[in-house]
Amino acid sequence: MSGWAGWAITIATFLPIVGAAVISVVPSEKERVVRGLGIVFTGAALVVATAILIGFDYGAAGELQFQADVSWISAINARYHVAIDGISMPLYYLTFLLSFLCAIYTWRYVPSPGKTKAFVALILLLETGMAGTFIAFDLVLFFVFWELVLVPMYFLIGIWGSANREYAAIKFFLFTLFGSVFMLLGFLGMYFRGPEPHTFDIVRLTEFAAGGGFTRGFQLVVFAAVFLGFAIKVPMWPFHTWLPDAHTEAPTVGSVLLAGILLKMGTYGFVRIALPVLPEAARAWAPWIGLLAAIAIVYAALACLAQKDLKRLIAFSSVGHMGFVMLGIATLTPIGINAAIFGMVAHGVITGMLFFEVGSIYDRYHTREIAAIGGGLMQKIPYLGGVFAFTAIASLGLPGLAGFWGEVMALLSSFAPASGLNVGLFRGFMVAGGIGTILTAGYFLWTIQRVNLGTLPEKWKEHAFPDVVTVEWVSWVPLLALILALGLFPKLVFGMTKEAVDGLLRLIPLA
Amino acid sequence: MTQQSIDYHAILPELILSGALSLVLVVDVFLRPRRKWLAMPIALVGVLASLVATLTLVGGEPRETFGGMFVVDDFAVLFKIFFLVVATIVLLISFRYFQDGRYYQGEYYFLLLTAFLGCLLMPSSRDLLMLFISLELVSAPGFLIAAFRKGDVRSTEGGLKFFLIGVLSTAVMLYGMSLIYGVTGGATRLDAVADGLAGLEGGRETLALAAILFVVTGFAFKVSAVPFQFWAPDTYEGAPVPVAAFLAVASKAAGFAGLLQLMFVAFIDRAEFWAPVFAALSIATMTFGNLVALQQRQAVRLLAYSGIAQAGYMLLPFALAGGGARTDGLAFSAAVTYILIYAVMNLGAFSVVVALSRESRGLLIADFAGLMKRAPLVAVAMTVFMVSLAGIPPAGGFWAKFFVFTAAIDRGGLGPWLAAAMVVNSVISLYYYLLIPRMMIFEEGEERPLLGSTLVRGVVAVAAAAIVAVFVFPDLLARAPQLATLVP
Repeated sequence: MSGWAGWAITIATFLPIVGAAVISVVPSEKERVVRGLGIVFTGAALVVATAILIGFDYGAAGELQFQADVSWISAINARYHVAIDGISMPLYYLTFLLSFLCAIYTWRYVPSPGKTKAFVALILLLETGMAGTFIAFDLVLFFVFWELVLVPMYFLIGIWGSANREYAAIKFFLFTLFGSVFMLLGFLGMYFRGPEPHTFDIVRLTEFAAGGGFTRGFQLVVFAAVFLGFAIKVPMWPFHTWLPDAHTEAPTVGSVLLAGILLKMGTYGFVRIALPVLPEAARAWAPWIGLLAAIAIVYAALACLAQKDLKRLIAFSSVGHMGFVMLGIATLTPIGINAAIFGMVAHGVITGMLFFEVGSIYDRYHTREIAAIGGGLMQKIPYLGGVFAFTAIASLGLPGLAGFWGEVMALLSSFAPASGLNVGLFRGFMVAGGIGTILTAGYFLWTIQRVNLGTLPEKWKEHAFPDVVTVEWVSWVPLLALILALGLFPKLVFGMTKEAVDGLLRLIPLA
Repeated sequence: MTQQSIDYHAILPELILSGALSLVLVVDVFLRPRRKWLAMPIALVGVLASLVATLTLVGGEPRETFGGMFVVDDFAVLFKIFFLVVATIVLLISFRYFQDGRYYQGEYYFLLLTAFLGCLLMPSSRDLLMLFISLELVSAPGFLIAAFRKGDVRSTEGGLKFFLIGVLSTAVMLYGMSLIYGVTGGATRLDAVADGLAGLEGGRETLALAAILFVVTGFAFKVSAVPFQFWAPDTYEGAPVPVAAFLAVASKAAGFAGLLQLMFVAFIDRAEFWAPVFAALSIATMTFGNLVALQQRQAVRLLAYSGIAQAGYMLLPFALAGGGARTDGLAFSAAVTYILIYAVMNLGAFSVVVALSRESRGLLIADFAGLMKRAPLVAVAMTVFMVSLAGIPPAGGFWAKFFVFTAAIDRGGLGPWLAAAMVVNSVISLYYYLLIPRMMIFEEGEERPLLGSTLVRGVVAVAAAAIVAVFVFPDLLARAPQLATLVP
């Protein structure tokens, strides 16, 4: 590999942190410079990421590319091992895209109480943590990136959030930390029971596991530990209670990044680490994961029907969508896991977009109460209303838009789960998921009806709300285009993931 | 019988420090009140000279003198460097505090250096008698400087409490040592004790095991382990803040240095007996410390209980002993790494408290409100220290916990359960560690610039930078303990 290829993903991943350092020395009065630097650095990182996307060898998507592997902590043989393959690529790119769009959005909207410098710097720090998680092939490195997002997100919620922000921030932090430290113990278990000399390298551990290196009893215990970490992050029912609070209180771009990227770290962890390193345990636990996923889908849909706050509604809808992703993973089939990765990307794009829109609606109305908005959004600000309706319909899974493929394929895969799994049980999950999709369509259409349609209440008539402004168009158009493109050409994602998923599943010995 | 030769190079750091502390005491007598502050630069030069002398010992062959009672090996050198760096920091943060506060500065620096002399002797003491002397040399001046705020009843009370429980536990420890001396047939050198304990049977064995517990008691007091912890919060609160920093870091580390030598050298063959004791001590200490810390309103008391909880984490590697040389080695270096990283982050936190305590005596957590606006550098640094104490990336404290987890998982058996208990404790601790950053950043406070000495600010900035650097390159601190192990 040439020097560029070996270091490209490192450069892209750490450019934001360099940006954060540069911003920290800019005087805080120079707000425009700070916001400009935020766009410049996220943009530069996006350019590097785009170069990686172009340079990526799609014919060999199952292999690790752009690899760098140098010694880091010699005492425990932890290495700085980063690489990218077909599973990482879509999520990695999405990280840079969403962060860049958030930086653009911040050009106009810095949430109260200002402090632009700290706000932009924290977003940049967050970006490095998120991006790093998707390329780390060393468990210690993975864990460090994984935890790196906690502190910035804590402050993003705690400083720039709405009324109940401090509670939401600490709840987010404590929940995630609780899960992730058990995950760390699980990683250490893999390290000491793994091949000699001990290694944290995910590739080597995967090969070791494929050769039947870990005993079944060991796998069951360690899977439980890492499951806790990943499941809280996803979040799976019943570990989801931090999410509605965190989402509702977070500032707009915080919610966008939380929904768009952070949640995917959990599901990605299942695909990248839990399944290949602990295959037997994955098989044993799969029905339970499927069950929790099915409950999440139905529960979230019912919860959404009961929400009065628009942002909280979108937050609960995330729980349902991530339920589909987890259902796909639980089937342990190529279709299911491809669907899961597609679902992650689609949810990132769609729900990220929905949070942008809710943020902009709030900016106009200064309320998120569905009843207080009272309908008539289409008359008052037609473009915003139209964009919102479009995204909501994408989210409910209309064929031809991005939300469709991930969900329908997850349901399809649970019709025929991997051999050794109880077919009847998974078909039951499929039925539950199907009911969930109907309820999802129901609550989204109902929401559109209550917010967009109807007549404009008297109280809003004399307010002059601006419709979608330039900054919003610039930060939204790429996402809207992606929603359509992914719906029409699902191969954009499947082309990358298919081979990588096949390669991954070859390593899981069938019962 | 030949004349015993003394290796002066080996004891040079201690000699220099002894000279410096005598000089401080003498010079002080001749200084006019307005010039009393000169004691600090003299002490500082002495500490730095001693540090240079220690650095000349780095990497050399192990040296023995006084018939093997005093050993200078990698372990000793590592801890001596560590203690001298801590001494430098404590001197720097003491300067303005004691100058402004109308204390007896000469006596203070004399007593502080004496305590640090004890710290320097501790990691070299490979003999029960030497260990006792070192421990007392750390403790006795500590009793006095803890009560240095003479006008304040709480300081006197704290000092007295510290003294009484200190003397009691020392007596118990000395009794234990005398029993060991008896049952092993006159062994005081640690390796001889290990040999002597190996062949015991019946009643003598029981006696020896009881004696080990007695000795542990003395050190459990020093490191403020439950149930010997209750002096710590009151003493820290009453003492001048730099003294509290000394007690929380140097004095505690000295206790651990002694404990490491005793447990992993002298008593290692009896690990199956005492390791479970440490498991109980460790869990009780961390759980108690964390739960009580949740309810604190004063910054120093919060740090005191946090220090108790941290002591629990540092005791955990002891509970892993006895699994063979490899796991013992892991546990040993995990404990040392924890102590080193703990010292940096805790000194940093105490330095911030020193900076703020110029404004308010019994510094409340609420007094941190709005610090982000008043002194962004100090506030960011304090956030780093708190995040680090909680053990979360991006801060060095993460590695401290990480290596303890590593050792615990590797040990197997009870190890993973102890690690799980520590994990739960870490999550609890996060709540109170985040209280101060929340105050500083989320709350609005008075808007006036922070008056603080430049020295203290410098210490704070350097400590925060060090914590972040250790996070990025953990080899900085994780490599040395591995090399300086006492486990064969």
